[in-house]
Amino acid sequence: MIAELGLAALWLAFALCVLQLGAAIAGGREQGAVLAAIVRPAAIVQGLLCGIAFLMLLWVFAITDLSVGLVAANSHSAKPMIFKLAGAWGNHEGSMLLWVTVMALAGALIAGLERRLPENMMRATLGAQSFVALGFYAFLIFSSNPFARLAQPAPEGAGLNPLLQDIGLALHPPVLYFGYVGLSVAFSFAVGALLTRQVNPDFARVTRPWVLAAWICLTLGITAGSYWAYYELGWGGWWFWDPVENASLMPWLAATALLHSIGVLAARDALRAWTILLGVIAFSMSMLGTFLVRSGILTSVHAFAVDPERGAFILFLLGVYIGGALLLFGLRAGAVAEGERFAATSKEGALVFNNVMLCAILGIVLLGTLYPLLTEAFDVRVSVGPDYFNPVSAIFVVPMLIVMAIGPLLRWRRDSLERIARPAALLTAVALVVLGFVALLFEVSFLALLGLALSAALALASFMPLRGRRLARVPMSVWGMVVAHFGIAVALFGMASESAFTVERLAAVEAGATTSVGPWQVRLDSVEPVAGPNWTALEARLSARTSERGAPTVLTPQSRNFWAPSQATTESALATRWNGQLYAVIGNQTDDGRWQLRLWWKPFVTFIWYGGILVALGGGLAIAGRVRSDLRRRIVGRRMAERRADEAHLEEAAA
Amino acid sequence: MNRWKLFVPLALFALFLGLAMYQLSQPKDERIESAMIGKPLPQFALPPAVAGVDGVSSTDFGDGKPRLLNIWASWCLPCIAEAPQLDALENAGAEIVGIAIRDKPEDVAAFLERHGNPYARIGSDDLSEVQLSIGSSGVPETFVIDGDGIIRYQHIGDIRERDVPILLEQLRLAE
Repeated sequence: MIAELGLAALWLAFALCVLQLGAAIAGGREQGAVLAAIVRPAAIVQGLLCGIAFLMLLWVFAITDLSVGLVAANSHSAKPMIFKLAGAWGNHEGSMLLWVTVMALAGALIAGLERRLPENMMRATLGAQSFVALGFYAFLIFSSNPFARLAQPAPEGAGLNPLLQDIGLALHPPVLYFGYVGLSVAFSFAVGALLTRQVNPDFARVTRPWVLAAWICLTLGITAGSYWAYYELGWGGWWFWDPVENASLMPWLAATALLHSIGVLAARDALRAWTILLGVIAFSMSMLGTFLVRSGILTSVHAFAVDPERGAFILFLLGVYIGGALLLFGLRAGAVAEGERFAATSKEGALVFNNVMLCAILGIVLLGTLYPLLTEAFDVRVSVGPDYFNPVSAIFVVPMLIVMAIGPLLRWRRDSLERIARPAALLTAVALVVLGFVALLFEVSFLALLGLALSAALALASFMPLRGRRLARVPMSVWGMVVAHFGIAVALFGMASESAFTVERLAAVEAGATTSVGPWQVRLDSVEPVAGPNWTALEARLSARTSERGAPTVLTPQSRNFWAPSQATTESALATRWNGQLYAVIGNQTDDGRWQLRLWWKPFVTFIWYGGILVALGGGLAIAGRVRSDLRRRIVGRRMAERRADEAHLEEAAA
Repeated sequence: MNRWKLFVPLALFALFLGLAMYQLSQPKDERIESAMIGKPLPQFALPPAVAGVDGVSSTDFGDGKPRLLNIWASWCLPCIAEAPQLDALENAGAEIVGIAIRDKPEDVAAFLERHGNPYARIGSDDLSEVQLSIGSSGVPETFVIDGDGIIRYQHIGDIRERDVPILLEQLRLAE
């Protein structure tokens, strides 16, 4: 019954989506003008229905209804509740339903709240949103129905992939999806603006909070995903340039570029066509990522539902939506009047430069990700790894970071480099001192060295826009920029430090023996079997200490065996200090009874994720600032209107 | 701005679309061929997988007699399907050496009880280490090792009836 309710809600939402699209198209013509009024309500009800469908899916997972195929294939009655719920989106069908739900809810929100844009543009935007959603509804209902029943209920579920039975990963996909799909709003606004030929600062101001919100989710999602890969896979690395990781990085790069160019459009009415193109590209990258991941066209360490037929369906949607939007762009962008002009040395100039750099990095990641696809067409199998991505992207990252340090110090429209000569000289000096200091004292690779120097300069530079201002009066959005840029410096420091100073130790030790890694002395106390709710494990007890005094830190890495489904995972153990992490993995027992221990000391590695969180926090501050000023403007506007009305009344009374 | 420049993104996307369409239409070849073919067997020594049958070491090969090296496991369903063909190969005079992957002695014994034992020796590879070192990425896989201990031929997947003469021919070539 519950599953049927969910399916019914989904069908109704699908029908409303068709209605919304039809009304949006008809509403533009004279004879259909009455239909225009139902576009917004249709979007809102559609969002509610989708929400209900998703709740129903959560419900069947919560009660482990094994007559539903999806539950039988992905859940198990012995699983803890949180992972039962996470099972709802930890599979192809459920995650596509989540995709559609987020999209419908976003559509409902803009339909319900957004009143600043001209009505014809809103109609075009909501029409575009429903057009995109329509394809995903069709995909869901006709090829990936999450509510399909089994002819015979299964006796027991097959379980959720044990790697995914982790709280970080339970939350990582939904957050990332909010980001992916949030960008669909920017896409729809861009299409709406092109259709109604209204690419202007108002469009930018309305779109910006959506881009910001999606970008925050993407930032958090990528940060969490990277941390998950770091401690769950037990390989000690935090980024692998895997196609699935790249699929989440590419929308982030495009959204970052979009965020900055939309700021220029809002403030200065420049970069019109460019901003529109980025709006299209950002969501295109989300869809492209989904296609690459879901079609299995690229081999990845992430084993998702791989199905060429579904791949063909998503590719078809991709062709219609991205192809359509780019065609529209080609036809209409020429008619978009050129925006305001500006000098190369100006805040706009710096933003444009970094936009180009971000797009170049995006191009490099895209090329690296798709390259195996290209060569396989000629029967050559290659895998593109860090040897390509790291140095090639660095070519563009380094100039971008330099411009990112000085760009915020420049003025809008026109500025001179002489005016910022002193802060620029100070930043250069800081970078050079760090460079020299590290190069003399340590033996580190060139890229890591450069990273350390740039992170120091950038950390200082990120606070420079506050110089000479009354801190209490600095707008919240400027604080947002400061925090986000500082977060980039912090993350960069973590990355450079991890690559420069990590110490690795692989040792076979017997119980009671001690080994050392970096500043740590690590003693293997014992190895004991332990049991969890749906797994058994061998657990090592390690006492780690950095000095003779004080109590040792106890670490308990495990080698875990899940029995539903049967799979072994390594549970690494971490000891976090302010200046880094000790990372321990227990391996196999050797023939003579000793245990393989893998230890890493990774100085300041945690800064990578602290940085990511700071970047997202910066985005949060910016969004809060924008919303606050919007509300204030709205309140002032209402008061003005009231006063005008009162005055009119008084005049009427006087007359 | 030149108007045609505005269509550059569309053209690039069309390129991708064509490529992706072509690739989707191609059958996906998931088989991973061993890079070890033509090279000598790596050094290894595996304990017996079950009581009563000897374990396997790399020194068992290279005495002038070509052998089949069968990578299998009692938990692997295609291995059950290929058991009759292994018997046929043994009856035709092939010496078959088995390596059981991530298996338990009692399961191996039950499997042999049920499906027969064509193996001269069975080693136990609990961590797939030997399997990976000879370039096998799945079960079942069967290798032809020549009289000098060189890996000559790899058969991926279960052995069907039509594969039996091919394997016998490869064994003859490896002499």
